[in-house]
Amino acid sequence: MAETVDGKKDEADYKRLHSFPLIRHTDMPEEMRVETMELCVTACEKFASNNESAAKMIKESMDKKFGNSWHVVIGEGFGFEITHEMKNLLYMFFGGSLAVCVWKCS
Amino acid sequence: MSVPHKVGTVKSKQATNVKAPVAKVVKAAGKKKDEEEATDTAEGEEWMPGKTLVKPPDQLDLTEEELNEEITRVLTANNPNAPQNVVRYGFKEGCYKPIIFVDQMAIHFELEGNLVHKESDEGRRLMAKQAEREEGTGAEKLDNVAKAGEKERKLTNQFNFNERASQTLNNPPRDISCQTEPPPRANFSATANQWEIYDFYVEELKRREKSKEKQEGQVLNKEEDKSKKKIIQAETQSDDITQLAHAAKIIERMVNQNIFDEVAQDFMYFEDAADEFRGEKGTLLPLWKLQYDKAKGLSVTALCWNPKYNDLFAVGLGSYEFTQEERGMLLFYTLKNSSYPEFIFNTTSGVMCVDIHEQLSYLVAVGLHDGCVAVYNLKKKSDQPVYNSTASSGKHRGAVMQVKWQKDDLDSNHNFISVSADGRVVSWTLVKHELVFTDIIKLPATDKVPDDLKDVIATAGTSLDFHKQKDHHFLVATEAGKIHKGSKYYSSKFLETYDAHFMTVSRVRWNPFHPNVFISCGWDWMVKIWDQTIKSPIFTFELKTSVTDVAWAPYSSTIFAAITNDGKVHVFDLSINKYEALCQQKVVSKKTRLLHIEFNPVNPIIIVGDDRGHVISLKLSPNLRKKPKEKKGQELPKGPEVEIAKMEQLLSSLR
Repeated sequence: MAETVDGKKDEADYKRLHSFPLIRHTDMPEEMRVETMELCVTACEKFASNNESAAKMIKESMDKKFGNSWHVVIGEGFGFEITHEMKNLLYMFFGGSLAVCVWKCS
Repeated sequence: MSVPHKVGTVKSKQATNVKAPVAKVVKAAGKKKDEEEATDTAEGEEWMPGKTLVKPPDQLDLTEEELNEEITRVLTANNPNAPQNVVRYGFKEGCYKPIIFVDQMAIHFELEGNLVHKESDEGRRLMAKQAEREEGTGAEKLDNVAKAGEKERKLTNQFNFNERASQTLNNPPRDISCQTEPPPRANFSATANQWEIYDFYVEELKRREKSKEKQEGQVLNKEEDKSKKKIIQAETQSDDITQLAHAAKIIERMVNQNIFDEVAQDFMYFEDAADEFRGEKGTLLPLWKLQYDKAKGLSVTALCWNPKYNDLFAVGLGSYEFTQEERGMLLFYTLKNSSYPEFIFNTTSGVMCVDIHEQLSYLVAVGLHDGCVAVYNLKKKSDQPVYNSTASSGKHRGAVMQVKWQKDDLDSNHNFISVSADGRVVSWTLVKHELVFTDIIKLPATDKVPDDLKDVIATAGTSLDFHKQKDHHFLVATEAGKIHKGSKYYSSKFLETYDAHFMTVSRVRWNPFHPNVFISCGWDWMVKIWDQTIKSPIFTFELKTSVTDVAWAPYSSTIFAAITNDGKVHVFDLSINKYEALCQQKVVSKKTRLLHIEFNPVNPIIIVGDDRGHVISLKLSPNLRKKPKEKKGQELPKGPEVEIAKMEQLLSSLR
């Protein structure tokens, strides 16, 4: 019993510890990267229950800021193979269990 | 009499729906008015018959308070007939949604007009119809119109006007298309799983902890080694400044060359044209004057040109007076930067002589007033000599008057020879980190010294010179006025002795070309030229005061320059004039004595040092640099043989 309680505590702990936004892979320039990361964090926090709205918000803002044809995928379990324009890819983790992939390809 | 006007009783088009309550209010007001009038009339005009109030049957009975109640009516632009809460079904959300913005427009009157824009289709059609109609009916008007047209047409008839048109060549249209390179693309693939995310986060946390530890460790170190860090910072700062040093040096040189531009131009190109008219005489053109502030009070005791870099020369500064304070300097000047010395070395005692190694132009030997000899390495940045002779290693007991580098010995160690006021001629060898000395010869005592004191009282040597070709032969001059010719291989006695002067011989030098000729000068006002095979001098010149230095010109075997105590430079050319100087020129102000003179090995300039620590450079005018005239048709033979032959000619004429 104590172990499961501890186990749950650990789970909660890691969720807390790992909830900071963490960039897994990117080739964006510094400024663009920071801005995009902030945008993703904002969107995910705003639409915490609805991945589609969060993705929609991210995509529309990226289109406006950095040019047409951005693609956004948010989820907890998926695999992908994409072709992206160089220096326009961001793949990050957030909230301990969410993965966000943003890329541009017209 | 103020009648309270209720807000909102202003007449308005849209007051239709507030008619009923307004009417009530009006009635209420009216009633009140009547009452007031009644009261007023009761007060003011008694003759008026009292009015009786007639209440309509359906009037509201309101109490006084209710009558006095202020009812505000707000006038808005809303359409009173418009619905206030419209609800529509939204298919997206699947529920009824209230519509916030409801159309408030109420149309009271509508009248459709019959104006048509003339450019629109209908307008044009109508105009066309109208035109047809007018054509039919306006026949009588045609005459007028025609007349007007004629008048107009008359003006445009062929005799007065000509219509001409032309068409320029239109370039043929061309289709050009271009495709830009699309922005580069790359592929990327990954999987987003819960465990991947977890693993990555854990890694990141580990990395952050490690970096934190490092930082903490660094903080501790920082606290311990603050001083070290400061030093490092200072060093890096000085590195930044030293990187500027090279640029600053170049700028300094450029600025100096700009300031002394005329001097530099003179140095390179000026040839005194007046020399043609002066006959034999020549002049010395003063160029740069080099001085160093901290050298004030010191005299120039030695000058030496650098054999490798023709614009670099060494100046030894010290003092000839025994009473003055003991300090000295070794400065290196370059003609490219005449305002500040390139190298500065401070010595503990006055520098008496300087010599630069012929091949390794960074090795400089100096002899000091206290009898030490030292070797400096210009490549090293330190202020200290690389080698220094101390009392233990056999330093001289008197001031070292002359040092000369020799060829490397059999063990390929550098070595040099020095002569000093204690009468010894010593050879010094640079072995690893030491100076090893070897006595070569001791100057013989003068005749005046009694026999038993001969070992004690030394004869001071004043000058030393080695033969250009047979460098084991050397000449050493003494304070007593004798010149001894010796050899490095014989240490017991001299090969020859010449009675040169009555007073101290200040300088003796071999002729750079002729193997038998040397020149000497002394304080007895004489300059003497000798053939080493003959005991008496070949030429003797008397200059009006004591001669402090004499030097052969490197480009001719018959030209030499001598300097005297009165600040004059005398230049002689024996092939042109055997008795008189070609140039006698005073180069310094009164009371300044000239002490040393050196010819530049390549350029036609000389440097003279005076007793104020200044070095003046002078350019020789063309008359002083004459080469033997060529006969027409004959090729002019060049080289030292010519010079030797010239000298030989002179000598033979005297024998």
